[in-house]
Amino acid sequence: MSTSTRSPAPRGPASRLKAPALYALMILVALFFLTPVYVMLATSLKPLDQITLEQMWEWPRSISFQSYAVALEKLRPNLINTFRLVIPATIISALVGSLNGYVLAKWRFRYADQVFTWLLFGMFVPYQSILIPLIRFLQEIQLYNTIAGLVLVHVVYGIPITTLMFRNFYAQIPDSLMDAARIDGAGVWGTYVRIALPLSLPGFVVVGIWQFTQIWNEFLFAVSITQSTKQPIMVALQNLSGSQIVQWNVQMAAALIAALPTLLVYILLGRWYVRGLMAGAVKG
Amino acid sequence: MHGQRLERFVPFLMVLPSIILIAIFVYGFIGWTGYVSVSNWNTFVPDFSFAGLKNYAYLFRDFRFQSDLRNTLFFSVLFIGSCLVIGLALAVLVDQKLRGAAFFRNVFLFPMALSFVVTGVVWQWILNPSTGVNLWLRALGVENPPLWYVSTQVVPKIALGRIQFGLPLAILAVVIAGVWQQSGFAMATYLAGLQSIPEEVREAASVDGATEWQKFRYVILPMLRPMTITIVIMLAHVSLKTFDLVYAMTGPGAGYVTDVPGVYMFETSFRGNHYANGAGIAMVMLILSAAVTVPYLLGRGRRDLGDVDIN
Repeated sequence: MSTSTRSPAPRGPASRLKAPALYALMILVALFFLTPVYVMLATSLKPLDQITLEQMWEWPRSISFQSYAVALEKLRPNLINTFRLVIPATIISALVGSLNGYVLAKWRFRYADQVFTWLLFGMFVPYQSILIPLIRFLQEIQLYNTIAGLVLVHVVYGIPITTLMFRNFYAQIPDSLMDAARIDGAGVWGTYVRIALPLSLPGFVVVGIWQFTQIWNEFLFAVSITQSTKQPIMVALQNLSGSQIVQWNVQMAAALIAALPTLLVYILLGRWYVRGLMAGAVKG
Repeated sequence: MHGQRLERFVPFLMVLPSIILIAIFVYGFIGWTGYVSVSNWNTFVPDFSFAGLKNYAYLFRDFRFQSDLRNTLFFSVLFIGSCLVIGLALAVLVDQKLRGAAFFRNVFLFPMALSFVVTGVVWQWILNPSTGVNLWLRALGVENPPLWYVSTQVVPKIALGRIQFGLPLAILAVVIAGVWQQSGFAMATYLAGLQSIPEEVREAASVDGATEWQKFRYVILPMLRPMTITIVIMLAHVSLKTFDLVYAMTGPGAGYVTDVPGVYMFETSFRGNHYANGAGIAMVMLILSAAVTVPYLLGRGRRDLGDVDIN
């Protein structure tokens, strides 16, 4: 994320007197936001004998990575499942969104806007309302309880949001850039490949990060479409925390492992993530 | 020329696969769910015989479903309201352009990148009545710290149907976790709004002798209205379909104090094989969600149509 190196004069209520108070307030709120991170770290780094309800807030007296070893051992197959789901689903849904967004932004056909509105509604549907037929359908086509089935589901239900993001992205590309190709006789497809696609990298980064994060974190489809060996990481994490036998430090290590990939993406590529977040929230 | 006439259809043909997929997977499946909700399929064996509104009648008399509707109402109001207030306060704070503001903005926004499952798992421990926050409260001398999500209290108790209508205190724990995760979104949206307000507007207000508070109250706040609407729509959608947060953090709770329609739908359909009832719950969720989002989408669609020749 960009930080401006110059620090302009504070505006608004922040006179020089108030700055310390504002900092104090921000630090206080930041502590609240970071508390769960501290709990996850401190708990997951404790050896078994330090896991008691009374010592929850204490930093481990001796750092132990044992809970990570146990959690990783338990979650390895599910991590592999999630990667096998997220990578193809993200790539395919970004490509589909790119094509749709390009056509809807630059090649308006009659009723294009009505079509777009109908597509968008798919974004706001609570997925519970399609879940029972979806499972029946996946059973019919032999994709129930498969990673491929989950990929299909995420690609299909990703169409509205990826289309919206890419439509907004391509709308900003000046028509004049495409007119040159059109004059040369290139059609919809030719213009896409020659002009739009080479300019699409930022769009693909934003949509890719967005879909990666959403699909990685998704739970409802994952828990209702897969069983045991096919379950993605979030289902495994939920199973782990739901079972009383598992040590609490292992639970926290598992939570941290499950959260780490999307967290890393946010830390390293946060600017693009926020762009996706804002693009998805259609302006009022 | 024949080729050119065909060429006119190519753009449409390129989006046609997506249109068909959404038509089937969204609209077709909703229709199918509606069809299941008026069937007798409440066992392991599919039974599509017509039941009329029997399942809906059952649900609205059902103690658990009545509790869910009450919980969703209180959860949504508290969750959205808190996110708006906290989000706006944080946006104003970050917008003061103090050194290091970007770092704080990133801290306030990072939970958005996490899964509700992770959030649920962690907050389950922080708000566990025998440890977590209560250790601090006891250290500060609080004799009887809150029971958080274990509490079965409903305040105030007003008999309504089969349930006590009031705020189940246990819901507050879920609200805290939800706000921790989602208020960053409200902040980011308000921040975008604040940064789009031209400097001249602020200066003009200052020249007119407005105090900081007047400037905020009468100039800036009205300009943030579109952001408020966006946040309310987005978060209402999130709260109405809530499932994973509650499922991972508390489950239905004692006497269904933390249950929500999303959890009930999942359990009754896939754990109890009461598919018709599950479909009924799903349809109620859809109607509630559509009541919020459809007017917004249509309004937006109409604005987008401004530059299109409709014939």
